[in-house]
Amino acid sequence: MRSRAALGLKIAAIGGLLFLHLPILLIFIYAFTTEDKSYQWPPPGLTLKWFAVTWNRPDVWAALGLSLRVAAISTAIAMLLGTLCAAAVARSRFFGREAVSLLVILPIALPGIITGISLRSAFSVADIPFSFWTIVLGHATFCIVVVYNNAVARFRRTSGSLIEASMDLGATHFQTLRFVIMPNMATALLAGGMLAFALSFDEVIVTTFTAGQQQTLPIWMLEELVRPRQRPVTNVVAMVVVLVTFLPILGAYHLSRGTETVAGQGK
Amino acid sequence: MADVAARARNSARAAALSRVSDALWRRPSLLLLALVVPPLLWLGIVYLGSLFALLAHSFFSIDEFSGLVKYELTLKTYAELFRASNFDILVRTILMASAVTVAAAVVAFPIAYFAARHARGRWKAAFYLGVMLPLWSSYLVRVYSWKLILAKEGILNWVFETLRLTWLLEAYLSVPGIGGNSLSVSWTGTFLVFLYIWLPFMILPVQAALERVPPSMLEASGDLGARPGQTVRNVVLPLALPGIAAGSIFTFSLTMGDYIIPQIVGTSARMIGQAVYQFQGTAGNIPLAAAFAVVPVVVMGFYLTLARRTGAFDAL
Amino acid sequence: MTAAIRLKGVSRHFGSVRAVDDVDLEIREGEFFSLLGPSGSGKTTCLRLIAGFDQPTSGAVEIFGTDATATPPYRRPVNTVFQDYALFPHLNVRENVAYGPKVRGDPGPVRRRLADEALDLVALGGFGDRRPSELSGGQRQRVALARALVMEPRVLLLDEPLGALDPKLREQMQGELKALQRRLGIAFVFVTHDQAEALSMSDRMAVFNEGRVQQLGTPQEVYDRPQKPFVADFVGSSNVLPPEMVERLTGKAARASLRPESIRMGSGGVSGTVARRYFLGSATRIEVASEGVTLNVLLPKGSEVPATGADVSLVWEADALHVMPGDDHG
Repeated sequence: MRSRAALGLKIAAIGGLLFLHLPILLIFIYAFTTEDKSYQWPPPGLTLKWFAVTWNRPDVWAALGLSLRVAAISTAIAMLLGTLCAAAVARSRFFGREAVSLLVILPIALPGIITGISLRSAFSVADIPFSFWTIVLGHATFCIVVVYNNAVARFRRTSGSLIEASMDLGATHFQTLRFVIMPNMATALLAGGMLAFALSFDEVIVTTFTAGQQQTLPIWMLEELVRPRQRPVTNVVAMVVVLVTFLPILGAYHLSRGTETVAGQGK
Repeated sequence: MADVAARARNSARAAALSRVSDALWRRPSLLLLALVVPPLLWLGIVYLGSLFALLAHSFFSIDEFSGLVKYELTLKTYAELFRASNFDILVRTILMASAVTVAAAVVAFPIAYFAARHARGRWKAAFYLGVMLPLWSSYLVRVYSWKLILAKEGILNWVFETLRLTWLLEAYLSVPGIGGNSLSVSWTGTFLVFLYIWLPFMILPVQAALERVPPSMLEASGDLGARPGQTVRNVVLPLALPGIAAGSIFTFSLTMGDYIIPQIVGTSARMIGQAVYQFQGTAGNIPLAAAFAVVPVVVMGFYLTLARRTGAFDAL
Repeated sequence: MTAAIRLKGVSRHFGSVRAVDDVDLEIREGEFFSLLGPSGSGKTTCLRLIAGFDQPTSGAVEIFGTDATATPPYRRPVNTVFQDYALFPHLNVRENVAYGPKVRGDPGPVRRRLADEALDLVALGGFGDRRPSELSGGQRQRVALARALVMEPRVLLLDEPLGALDPKLREQMQGELKALQRRLGIAFVFVTHDQAEALSMSDRMAVFNEGRVQQLGTPQEVYDRPQKPFVADFVGSSNVLPPEMVERLTGKAARASLRPESIRMGSGGVSGTVARRYFLGSATRIEVASEGVTLNVLLPKGSEVPATGADVSLVWEADALHVMPGDDHG
């Protein structure tokens, strides 16, 4: 009785996982197709030539470069601000503590389009022209929560008496920060940073509102989806995006494995 | 000599740091302030400031002749939301978000239940990663993959053809409302993609909620005479409810605000996200775009208040 | 002799909660001093005020005659053993013990030597390369002790250090701690909620309740002559007789404490009925209902135990009845 129920459950669960992952595999196959005008299935033939074509496309390289730079700087800002905020919220009880944690979560709790149009309105009111930094402004804002969630979870698990023990043994606040807090937080922060990087690298909705004429890789892809020019190149880029974003997530998982779940989901 | 000077500089620096440390100990509120002010400034100015700019814009209107924004407070723009064509957009979006949320809960439950209660060791890690990876990455790529799947010459039609079931697909597509010319330009297609994209956001909180149910509670239920089905219905489901509520916050909110999925897969009828995007972009009507954008905020406000009652926030 | 620690009118209020309320206390050099009380009585807050993890709302903390109220913990000549041990999880045992010397600026070889010496002192020589997570509770406890002692504190603060250990190990550690304290000759300030532990280990002790010191004295004084009903009940579960009964027995209208083990079966004393019996192994405790009061009587092994419902007469030596001068709120 029980094992039969478990079998049905197992099939449903594995079916669900396949549902999540087969479409991504499909993209990988399409990256090798010889057909370049339609999405014909099964592919009439397989080729590697689209990788070479993509390699020689300066627009792809430009978009990739911009995405990487935006993600790097947004992640750095988010790591600083998210950690500070987590330290404040996890370590002390103060008036407005709930409000602060709500404020941090808001940028992902509300749909991305709200963040996007809000920033757009603000830029228009304040007469700020679109630039690299307007993209970073948006990305850093929604990346803070990712770092925050990881950091807050680790802070909570780290016994508060560790800090007291350090000061009891003669360490000032700064020595405690360097010798106790940072070593204990490092993996959580790194994991948070990697997730933030993946999130920023992949983001498209907010970016469409803050990017002006510049193209990050997802924006480049969106253009290609709406007005396809060379479909196989898009397939190759799609595959690259999957690989580039999977790596930091796997890294983050590895870092926080056995300590806590990679908490806090969101776009 | 240089060495002595450097050491003197170092010890002067150490003394200064230790004075700062003393001050932070004497006044713990200073430390708190130092921690909380930078992120608050950023979020307060950049984010809340922007939200306020959005709200403000929704109370402005567009000058019909010049096409420029008139900076005078008015409710005119909100009134426009209730014009039939615009109101349809709101209703359509909320219906879609509800449908996606319900479907996601149904599909997610067995996966989450299996991952939480039956998967062990390597399987558990595989499940976890299998849900995490699509949650965090490749949003656009995953949408794109469905364009490939649903295309007329794509894999789904091929499957139906191979199974000689094309007639079934055609019969389904001829149903008004959910059907269309092909799956990639039908509401069914849009729905499927939404479900696919947001499903991980439902699985994880439900799994987290189920993992908090102690196994002894299920044994207690069995011990008191409940059959497995009764245990699931009377014990597991109510305890998973906060998780489902937490997940539904994501699926509902994300569906409501998305403009890319219906643009790539779906009919020409718009959803809120597309309306916002088009009004602020090509139409240059930021006030109307802002008013549209306020709707999901208000709806989510109600939704969050409701969800709070079920304890969803503890399950986040 | 100067006091090691002196608290002068120290209060610590959290909003309207008076965790510590106007406490005056003097801990002498080289003594084993216990802060005893139920949870929430203010004993741990008191310890934190001495260590410097918390600052008093009012009053002053003196350490060896110097006002330390405004001195941060890293400049106080006291060290702490934490209830949860607070071992640094990212450091191995030796690095944990060498942490204090390291932030003090001792060179590497010195730190290593000091750490190994301290580990030897707590019988953990050879454990230096282990991780704290690889140790048992008792071993972690010793590492925490070594880590504090390596700083050569003049006062060692211990916050319920034996709370997490099982009873057997606990008893053994009590003996070791006491011996260590004698050997080092420094003051130990020991927080505990276990009255037997406080009685057996302390030179002097302070009984806390509701943020205040209820009684201060040697274990003997506290046990034999409780000043307040709370102390009588908390330390050794004494019977507290109501004023009417005491007046009839002694002529003084005040409450009095009467230890269960001081009561015997006899004739011509206070009569009552046995309500319940509890077999405790080395003794039997019976509850006797008498004049609306329930008296606990401890009968040593071998004595005759009356049946439940039997009418008995209870007697005791005159000096066993201790009339208490104070009430709980004085």
